[in-house]
Amino acid sequence: MDVVVENLPLFLEGFWTTLRLAVFSGALALVLGTLLGACRVSPIPPLRGLGTVYVELARNTPLTVVFFFVVFVTPQLGLRLPFFPSAVIALTIYTAAFVCEAVRSGINSVGVGQAEAARSIGLSFNQSLRNVILPQAVRTVVPPLINIFIALTKNTSVAGGFFVAELFNVGRRLTNGHATAVTPILIGVAVFYLLITVPSGLLAGRLERKVAIAR
Amino acid sequence: MSSVLYDEPGPRTRRRILIGTIIGGALVAVIVGAILYRLSSQGMFEARRWDVFADPQVWQFLGNGLLATLQAAAVAAVFAVILGLLFAVWRMSESPALRMTATFIIELFRGLPVLLLMFFTLIVFGLESYWAVVAGLAIYNAAIIGEILRAGILSLPRGQTEAAYAIGLTHTQTLLMILLPQAIRRMMPSLVSQLVVLLKDSSLGYIVGYLELLRSVQNLRDFFGNRYLFSVFFVAAGIYITVNFALSRLAVYFERRGSKKTPAGVAAGLDEDGAAPAA
Repeated sequence: MDVVVENLPLFLEGFWTTLRLAVFSGALALVLGTLLGACRVSPIPPLRGLGTVYVELARNTPLTVVFFFVVFVTPQLGLRLPFFPSAVIALTIYTAAFVCEAVRSGINSVGVGQAEAARSIGLSFNQSLRNVILPQAVRTVVPPLINIFIALTKNTSVAGGFFVAELFNVGRRLTNGHATAVTPILIGVAVFYLLITVPSGLLAGRLERKVAIAR
Repeated sequence: MSSVLYDEPGPRTRRRILIGTIIGGALVAVIVGAILYRLSSQGMFEARRWDVFADPQVWQFLGNGLLATLQAAAVAAVFAVILGLLFAVWRMSESPALRMTATFIIELFRGLPVLLLMFFTLIVFGLESYWAVVAGLAIYNAAIIGEILRAGILSLPRGQTEAAYAIGLTHTQTLLMILLPQAIRRMMPSLVSQLVVLLKDSSLGYIVGYLELLRSVQNLRDFFGNRYLFSVFFVAAGIYITVNFALSRLAVYFERRGSKKTPAGVAAGLDEDGAAPAA
């Protein structure tokens, strides 16, 4: 375990980068995904089409391929960015598709009768959205969103394979220098990941039970 | 089309939708146009970028990459399903000690990045990259599949278990002969979506040095230079999307078929849980 203790600053730096990756791309994916989700439930066919095409493309492309595109292919198109922003962009592109689907299924999970009742008592579109549909949709959307965030946290490790010095990358470089202490180093890395994923998982489970409504 | 958000549109709304369609269509056209313009201004449509595909060896190389991807994914899928069944049975066992160890192990594997698991097998056990990819994928997805199956078992009506006990089956027999077969059928869509995730994750082999499809793209670039990077990447990404899309359609097919047979259907929440995105 000495190696881990000695290199704790390095680990913490990696952990910090992992956290920043997760938070930045999580926030951006939330914005982009919600916009796309709004597109997918809108009555305007071209926007619906845009949302559908985006989701189908992004969900069926491996994250590694998205990273490869952003890091190696876009410089060929004359768009060069440093590695950290590239990683945030790749993670955002990939995660937004899942956010979009969660938002869409959240809205669709609200019973049609609820919305029809809201409209028949004379609420406007904005009123029924704000007072009837969204409060119910948010309840169903939050637990899957936390699960998406957990997946995102784990996915930040892919950035380590594309030149970003996050946890996985730190662990990998340390194993190069300390061939005899490989196992403790990787266990150290694992513990840091679990520090994020396990509490988030418990939170998601609790929220899921708490907000569950019988329909 | 009356949906949650809208009623059947009247004449005024229809006009608004028409205007929205024109503006939205223009917006989409601008986006697509900007992308195409960027590509063509960088010369990505020139023949000298694409003539590499006249060489059958390039196709063969990419084909081998695809085969390597599919092979790793298929072998990992078999192991993941077998281990997943084991995890599900283990976590539902009667002994609290067994249950707790199972919970611990499943939560551990589920909470770690697949890439880390692959790297662990690669470095600590010194396996070659192919087996590192297979082992990493198998262990991680086994934990997820185990949880999908458990959710499926828990969603079954209690009467199934009670009836099984009433005719004198033991706990294990009930689990294996009555509950699991139904849970597998019920969870088929989630299971297939998880296999899509597994197939996608096999591309992590790129990072641990397994010569799969994406690594083949990289090697072609190293051989031919950056001139063909875009076109080769474009083709490889197309292959990935086609294969995954086909598998995803299969999941949708199972979902439709399943919901036709059992009107009550699988609880939507469980589905989402199972289809949770991972790498």
